[in-house]
Amino acid sequence: MKEIIYYPGCTLKNTAKNFEDSALACAEALGYKLRELEDWYCCGTVFSLTSDDLMHHIAPARNLLKVQEAGEDRFTTLCSMCYNTLKRSSKRINEIEDDREKINSFMYEEENDYEGKVNIIHFLELLRDEIGFETIMKNVKKPLKNLNLAPYYGCMLLRPLEAAIDDPDSPKVLEELIKVLGAKSVYFPFKNECCGAYETVSEVDFVVERARNIIGNAKRNKADALVVSCPLCAFNLDNRQKNVVIKYPDFEGMPVFYFTQILALALDLNPEVCHYNLHYQPVDDILRRIEQ
Amino acid sequence: MKRMGLFICHCGTNIADTVDVEALAKRFESYPGIEISTTYKYMCSHPGQEMIKESIEKYNLDGVIVAACSPTLHEVTFRRVTRASGVNPYQCEMANIREQCSWVHTDNVKATEKAERIIKSIIEKVRLNEDLDPIKVDVKRKALVIGGGIAGIQAALDIADAGYPVILVEKDPSIGGHMAQLSETFPTLDCSQCILTPKMVEVASHPNIELLTYSEVKKVDGYVGNFKVLIEEKPKGVDWDICTGCGECSDVCPISVPSEFERGLGERTAIYTPFPQAVPNKPVIDTDNCLKFKTGACGLCSQQCDADAVTYNDDPNYREEDIGAIVVATGYELYPILNIGEYGAGEIDDVIDGLAFERLLSASGPTGGEIRRPSDGKIVEDVVFIQCAGSRDPEKHKPYCSRICCMYSTKQAMLFKHSVHHGQPYIFYIDIRSGGKGYEEFVERAQREDGVIYIRGKVSKLYRDGDKVKIIGVDTISNKPVEIEADLVVLAMAMVPTPGTDKLANTLKVGTGTNGFLQETHPKLRPLESITSGFFFAGCAQAPKDIPDAVSQASGAASKVVGLFSGEYLQLEPTIATVDEEKCSGCRICISVCPYNARVFDEIKGIARVNEALCESCGACVVACPSGATNQRNLTDEQISIMAKAILSVEEEE
Repeated sequence: MKEIIYYPGCTLKNTAKNFEDSALACAEALGYKLRELEDWYCCGTVFSLTSDDLMHHIAPARNLLKVQEAGEDRFTTLCSMCYNTLKRSSKRINEIEDDREKINSFMYEEENDYEGKVNIIHFLELLRDEIGFETIMKNVKKPLKNLNLAPYYGCMLLRPLEAAIDDPDSPKVLEELIKVLGAKSVYFPFKNECCGAYETVSEVDFVVERARNIIGNAKRNKADALVVSCPLCAFNLDNRQKNVVIKYPDFEGMPVFYFTQILALALDLNPEVCHYNLHYQPVDDILRRIEQ
Repeated sequence: MKRMGLFICHCGTNIADTVDVEALAKRFESYPGIEISTTYKYMCSHPGQEMIKESIEKYNLDGVIVAACSPTLHEVTFRRVTRASGVNPYQCEMANIREQCSWVHTDNVKATEKAERIIKSIIEKVRLNEDLDPIKVDVKRKALVIGGGIAGIQAALDIADAGYPVILVEKDPSIGGHMAQLSETFPTLDCSQCILTPKMVEVASHPNIELLTYSEVKKVDGYVGNFKVLIEEKPKGVDWDICTGCGECSDVCPISVPSEFERGLGERTAIYTPFPQAVPNKPVIDTDNCLKFKTGACGLCSQQCDADAVTYNDDPNYREEDIGAIVVATGYELYPILNIGEYGAGEIDDVIDGLAFERLLSASGPTGGEIRRPSDGKIVEDVVFIQCAGSRDPEKHKPYCSRICCMYSTKQAMLFKHSVHHGQPYIFYIDIRSGGKGYEEFVERAQREDGVIYIRGKVSKLYRDGDKVKIIGVDTISNKPVEIEADLVVLAMAMVPTPGTDKLANTLKVGTGTNGFLQETHPKLRPLESITSGFFFAGCAQAPKDIPDAVSQASGAASKVVGLFSGEYLQLEPTIATVDEEKCSGCRICISVCPYNARVFDEIKGIARVNEALCESCGACVVACPSGATNQRNLTDEQISIMAKAILSVEEEE
């Protein structure tokens, strides 16, 4: 069993428990132990766009330092937002020596200086580039036949280019994953549309429109369910369906899965790791279809 | 002691604004060996040249230094002046105080000081220059034209018409290039085939042209006037000498694959002629798809052939030719849609490139000239043209403008409207570039008479939506988002050099620029020639251009070739490497570093020699020679050292 340090971030310990537990179980089934980073900090959440933003990189830098102190030069994460922030920060702090020095002086209370050598990879990259889709295919116990899935990337895995894990305009990694699991990946041009992100806090109506459009497009392309990789996307596209129905009573919902959940299904892992009780839109129909 | 004159040019204000030319002239008045130091507003003008001539006579000069622009611009000019005055032209040198000084500096005092150092170094060089004579070499009066598109065809015809033999090599089974795929041409809307095919036939029947289609240039040795070229004739599987071109073989072939000529919108067989008007009109076998080659079975075409011309031969034929000059006209290809994710990455069948739309427009195309959607064959009603798909996009794709797309998309929109009267064409553009004779009027006409809707803005996304393609864009004039449901989307993809151009350029030892197009010697004054002598460029291999420009350039390249052939012999620059036979130890390091194969070993004397016709004066062997035996004429180690000292203002140690 190989081991890699894993950074959870706040959401995975709360509303996205279904994401974390399914991912940990899948990784283990595929020969990787995700060892949780000790004493991890907030990832910094939103990558700062102000021009003098070095202060905002202290949170991600602390996590990089923790990984360094654990004697590793890389780690993985699941949440797209954490990944994006950590990736962009690490690129900057690793590449620009001046910034690294300043950050280190901000973190004067830390025992060690951060040396600029830690890299973050997203769990999807681990699946694609290290474990490999072929290995995954060999481990599939229950192919997800009869399922039409719409891969949804959102923005944080693809933009900006320096953080992209795939071609920002026509990504393929989720499609390929869906295919090796035996399901059909439907044509889904809205796969990189914005889900509405944090507007969900103050502009619910805006997010309602986004969710309706995105799910509507998935339906139009005959998808049975959405596959996402970000807890915020999952919230906006799943939980907000509640609000969509209030505004559009004839709206037909669609279940939303994390990619790790469908992976867990195909690997035939204990269903408890998927915590379907956390979903707004029931997934029972889909589960039944897999059993057929 | 050499008697030298220094002539400093103002270059209008180009030099004089930054460098104090008058003060400079004064400073050099008493410089050792300088008999006259003066300035003039435009030294390259007639009065300027006369001034140099008069000074040479008056002061009995035997060395001339012109402090002006880069020698690539006017060295030839001033050496001609020097020669006309009876002084060996290699006693004239230019001190570049424009590109290397005034243009790149703003501080007058420092620039003037730098100009002084540059001039000093050149004076010191001239002091040691020897009289040289050009090297004369024989010339093989036979041209090679690579590429059988309109540019190659025109170049071949012009050279052949001037009376010289030409070999035209084309990699595809037929000549004609992309122009053969076009429907009608802007801005006159004359039929492309109608103006092209007569020229194709002329090439095939011209007594001075030998046409080698389905062939490639594999190797080029030698030098201007005396190239040895190895040409591979790819195996055709058919004996063209006895094939009558009846076409019955294709009729019985059971294989069907996407046709390259139809841009994948139509199909062809495995034994095929690319299009009905092909020249030569003889088939080749696509060995990757032919059943006989894949499984050994079939053989229908051979049974059908009355002439017994189908041989299934798969051995290439090689031939070596003596060639005097080479025209490279390898053309362009369109940047693949695959590379543009936001435009569907080639996954939406109703999103096609401009050349594919030409095939839909063409009366001989896969739909017989009816504008039908590739997805379901329905007549197209709303068509969206997107400009700059991959062009003018330095972050993600190509930084340059492909130059012809505004015009051909306008033409395509117009022809579409002529075909589908109730249809609506839209053109998304950044700005319309219609520089050309009759071009702007053509665009006006499309807007006014044919109701083509031009939308200034980019398309951010397009996707399949039911049986339509949904376009999400922006109109930057009204500042409003635009959504269009189209039947067909035509992308004006960036033009890129034909794949393989880089490899061919390597074989030929001609340069390519940052975007892969062939690099001309000077963008304005020597646009047809490679830096390596004896190679000339025509058509889109050098840069994107339309048919009139490609043809003009081809005729220009042809006249360069004819000019080269019309002299008794060729004159080459004598400022090349020489070997001091006494010092050469025969270590052969020079041979290993020479990029032009100009250094050869003399087995009898045990020393390395220089093939004078091949040497391009790069200096690599001079630097590499460990015994100091190799020197470059008029740029000897001694000269370089003294020039460096002059630049650095180090006093010569006596």
